Amino acid sequence: MGNRRKPRLAVWKFASCDGCQLSLLDCEDELLAVAGEVEIANFPEASRAIIGRSYDISLVEGSITTPHDAERIHKVRRASGILITIGACATSGGIQALRNFKDVKEFTSIVYASPQYIETLNKSTPITDHISVDFQLNGCPINKYQLVEVLSAYLNGRKPNIPSYSTCIECKLKGNVCVMVAHGTPCLGPVTHAGCGSICPAYNRGCYGCFGPKETPNTAALSWQWKKLGINDENLVRAFRGFNANADAFRKESEAHEK
Amino acid sequence: MTKSSFQIGELLIVELEHFQQLLDALWNRDFAVYGPTVKDMAIVHDEVKAVYDFPIGWTDEQEAAHYQLKKTGNGALFNYVVGPHTWKKYLFPPKVSLWEAKKEGALFEILPDKSSPPKMAFIGIRACDLSAIMIQDNIFTKGDYKDSIYLRNRKNNFILAVNCTKSGGGCFCISMGTGPKATKGFDLALTEIIDDKRHYFLFEVGSELGGEILSQVTTQAAGETEKQTVEKAINQAKNQMGRALDTRGIKELLYDNSEHPRWDDVASRCLTCGNCTMVCPTCFCSNIEDYTDLTGKLANRQRRWDSCFTLEHSYIHGGSVRSSVKARYRQWLTHKFASWIDQFGTSGCVGCGRCITWCPSGIDVTEEIKEIRRSVKVSTAV
Repeated sequence: MGNRRKPRLAVWKFASCDGCQLSLLDCEDELLAVAGEVEIANFPEASRAIIGRSYDISLVEGSITTPHDAERIHKVRRASGILITIGACATSGGIQALRNFKDVKEFTSIVYASPQYIETLNKSTPITDHISVDFQLNGCPINKYQLVEVLSAYLNGRKPNIPSYSTCIECKLKGNVCVMVAHGTPCLGPVTHAGCGSICPAYNRGCYGCFGPKETPNTAALSWQWKKLGINDENLVRAFRGFNANADAFRKESEAHEK
Repeated sequence: MTKSSFQIGELLIVELEHFQQLLDALWNRDFAVYGPTVKDMAIVHDEVKAVYDFPIGWTDEQEAAHYQLKKTGNGALFNYVVGPHTWKKYLFPPKVSLWEAKKEGALFEILPDKSSPPKMAFIGIRACDLSAIMIQDNIFTKGDYKDSIYLRNRKNNFILAVNCTKSGGGCFCISMGTGPKATKGFDLALTEIIDDKRHYFLFEVGSELGGEILSQVTTQAAGETEKQTVEKAINQAKNQMGRALDTRGIKELLYDNSEHPRWDDVASRCLTCGNCTMVCPTCFCSNIEDYTDLTGKLANRQRRWDSCFTLEHSYIHGGSVRSSVKARYRQWLTHKFASWIDQFGTSGCVGCGRCITWCPSGIDVTEEIKEIRRSVKVSTAV
């Protein structure tokens, strides 16, 4: 073990806001430990130095929105050992997947003076639509403790403890009072993947679904309850069309309420 | 009246103004005292130091998927039923470290646990919740496999039970035979009475420790009128039950109807969010998670509450055994009301109604069982 070279880590960016890669820099106390265990070989946000051409662990942020990126992601896959997608953009298409519900050509014609120079795809798609992925870390942004947990798990050859159950379970483990039942606040928690530490309900806000759909989400049953709380179809569409608008379960639910 | 101790079964009156003495007596004996308090517009369990920590003048309104605190105008301390928290959070904590180990060269060393066993006093346990504790005692402390964490937490407890004088919309303790009056398992039990002139508590001594603690509080002997008033107040709770469940032959009913269409119906409403299992005072499932730090030099095994509504709960080689929502809901309900009887000798339900109130979808176990029973009756009649 002693003389073995440290695993090389690369961080790749596609269409995204950089917030998830920042979670790595935001690790603060744990960042030195990360740097001690891996060689940060390709991370433009942190350093211009690029070491080598192949990487043991790749973290991929962002969605695929251009023909160029659709090709580049295959190169990243080939250069990587373990590839982990990080964040809502990479795992579901991100907020930019709102374009999937509209006509992109119309947008470019309005926004750009010379739209003929814009090369963009009609849809924003998650990384899994293009290549095989070893692990997906949900969240907008990801939770830095979950990032360190996944890295620790891979470095030590164990299973990452990243449960795919509901945000409700996270709330209950913390002792939060249910905002939907006790306050009548619409909350996406019952259909949302755990991982954030149920931040919003802890501050008496409903969950916004930043971590995307949980395992087996029953979005229709939740919408039914939201309607009882006075939420109309228009606002149901908005609720499911957030950072994870293109995630299967959320996309289908928002379409079901669109007239 | 002060005395060195009271006998088990003795009935005594404590006036509101002397209630603080009881809390002081417990804190002075090094108990961490937990009881009801208002947080985020719900009555939860937390540390209580003074009478004003209690939900004075608050009551709760409960229905399926609905919980609301309301001001009553009177100064009652215990004029509510059960809230989102259960006492299991102290005895069977949501997350607990089982052990930590440190790697030294090719060997590893288990780090010693230096914490001392807690001494906890629980104020305001309802009869249903007391039954729930006895059910978990049965699971965790009897038989070949005892849970050392539970035993440790359960060892130095003081229990002050509170008899219910009102029932909530989700309550059905009468059907489950667990309430509304606490009959055993407590150190002290009280019934709170507010009439035109007085605000007092009728205490019943349930143990030697209870008798000792109460001897440090200003008390007076209970008179016949007070005893009758208390009986009447508890009867009022009996007559207000928000729900009812016919438990006759319930085990066979559920075993015989594992393919009943009602399971598909409930599956369409079930969110598999796990809330019912988290708020259930008897649900005891947990998951074991192994953690390491980045260097791999420190390892930690943790236990946390799990729910049979998650896919991982039934995950074995090849996938989850209960992948459908229907299978998971049926598993929970059938275990709680039927196979629990075969496994542990009692029902797993105490009729507290939390699973009804805190289900965001408003699924009502009593309704689900009623529907299955109704259709079976109809089909046998035909």
